[in-house]
Amino acid sequence: MSLIELHDLCKTYNTAAVPVRAVRNVSLQIEKQEFTAIVGPSGSGKTTLLNLIGGLDKPTGGSIFVEGKDIATLKANDLIDFRLHHIGFVFQAYNLIPVFTAKENVEFIMLLQGVSKAKREQRALELLESVGLGDRVNSFPTQLSGGQQQRVAVARALASRPSFVLADEPTANLDSHTAGALLDMMAQLNREFEMTFIFSTHDPRVIKRAHRVVTLEDGAVKSDIRQNEAAEGTE
Amino acid sequence: MYLTLSWRNLWRNKKRTLIAAASVFLAVLVAVVMRSMQIGSYAYMISSSVKFYTGYMQVQGNGYWENRSLNNSITLSEKQRAEIAQIPHVTSVVPRLEAFSLVSFGRVTKVAQVTGVDPATENNMTELKKRLVQGRYLTESPGGVLIAQGLADLLHVSVGDSVVLYGQGYHGVIAAAMLPVAGIVKFPIARMNNTMVFLTLTNAQDIYSTDGRITSLAVMLDDVRNQTDVFNALRSLVCDRYTLMTWEEMMPDLVQGIALDNASGLIMLIILYLVIAFGVFGTVMMMTTERAKEFGVLISVGMKRKRLIWVTTLETIFLAFLGAVSGAVVSLAVITYFHYHPIPITGSAASMFELLGVRPIFYFSTDPGLLINQALVVLLITLATALYPLFFIKRLQPVQAMHG
Repeated sequence: MSLIELHDLCKTYNTAAVPVRAVRNVSLQIEKQEFTAIVGPSGSGKTTLLNLIGGLDKPTGGSIFVEGKDIATLKANDLIDFRLHHIGFVFQAYNLIPVFTAKENVEFIMLLQGVSKAKREQRALELLESVGLGDRVNSFPTQLSGGQQQRVAVARALASRPSFVLADEPTANLDSHTAGALLDMMAQLNREFEMTFIFSTHDPRVIKRAHRVVTLEDGAVKSDIRQNEAAEGTE
Repeated sequence: MYLTLSWRNLWRNKKRTLIAAASVFLAVLVAVVMRSMQIGSYAYMISSSVKFYTGYMQVQGNGYWENRSLNNSITLSEKQRAEIAQIPHVTSVVPRLEAFSLVSFGRVTKVAQVTGVDPATENNMTELKKRLVQGRYLTESPGGVLIAQGLADLLHVSVGDSVVLYGQGYHGVIAAAMLPVAGIVKFPIARMNNTMVFLTLTNAQDIYSTDGRITSLAVMLDDVRNQTDVFNALRSLVCDRYTLMTWEEMMPDLVQGIALDNASGLIMLIILYLVIAFGVFGTVMMMTTERAKEFGVLISVGMKRKRLIWVTTLETIFLAFLGAVSGAVVSLAVITYFHYHPIPITGSAASMFELLGVRPIFYFSTDPGLLINQALVVLLITLATALYPLFFIKRLQPVQAMHG
């Protein structure tokens, strides 16, 4: 059983003028520990596909199985619970809670899961250490650079011990050097913690490092290429 | 951590939070001070009016209020009076015998309301002695009458002269007496100043042959708020043998005047509440809508809507408490100050008050209920604005919210 299975997935937006088919009959299997990039031009359906996989949006056709569970059939509250326990999110604009410190941002997800204070504090510190921010745990987002904020976002995504991490254009707001360092870190987490990453991206640096590149065009899969992992040697 | 999140969220925009809290603070302050002045002035007006003559309530013979005849007078023994005086919150009981008679001096005769009073208790209640402008106050011996200044002028009588009282006593007995004028008293109300004659109760009972009977027993209380309790206790003591009249029944004009003023005060309060409600609502709305993306992210990463609603509600609670509690504390200080330093009324308004025999001041109530009620109302209005984030979050679509 694959970690994620998409069968004939469709998403159509019924706009006032004409229906927009954002995702068209996408079928994919994503295995555990894959480092997958979903690429394509703007409007190709990358973000919509990511939203569907993340349970943020409901498909208009087909099915999405995550660890064998059809998430398209889950009710709204169950979906929130499912996301909390199975999916880590990294957003393009980091989207940290501005009034929380780095440590509190990471802890917060565990608070939602009901983890005890001592355990969540310990794990938050470990995660921040592992993303290289051990010395900035008490900094607020505004006191951190874009790259550092995105690292906190990655730590937050991992805090809930998710089955996989969905990263929507995670390097789009970062300079080349910072983006490279972030990707190195994610690749390391992928290897060391066997964490599955799924990116939507335009960034050639991400594409270059991905094990697998799924290209979308007009909402449909144009190509699905598995790359060797030699690219990681560039770390 | 939710508390921390809410508290810190509140201070993300310090100026806006302070302005919103200040509006709640001002609402509580204005509402409490306004109501304190109104309620305080009503209480003062009532207390002054009842002290002036009627008392908070009176025990009368059945039918006396409608037909002021000595035939409707009552007998209240010393024991019964003592029992009434011992009812909690009763501060004094004042017996009176009232009769309408002719008063003559020389060739002039006028109709007067002759009132027999116990000099000591009457003075405790109405401060009749303070109204003396000439002569001395009533004593059992030597006897005599106090005559209102307007009536004295009409009769051309002065202290030391003797006036003749002539009227009808109990059950048609002729009542007549010649009594010296011991003193002249002045009343601010013309109707009273032109008609009142006072003599001692025992003297009046002799003249009118009432044999210890009285027409009314005025009852004074420590606070108007205890009126119902005292009324009920008094009712159980006197049963249906006598009629109990409250000051509201005896002074309907005063009741109507207060009701009218109170209604206008309440309208002002409602307007104030509405202004505050819209002000706070605007702030809460801004605090909510500008964070739509953040809410979308929080729901996306696994925060349940009800938890998010709780966090935003906590923010409103903090805001409301901040304003309401500080408003209540400052209000308490303000009304306590004015309670002990009432604002004097000047000009024509003062004359009106004086005409009614009331000291021309704005009196402030320090009733804790008033403070709590106003703070609670403003608090509840503020909390009601938390409904906006509730509906906003319930309807929020995280994907749309995150993409603006």
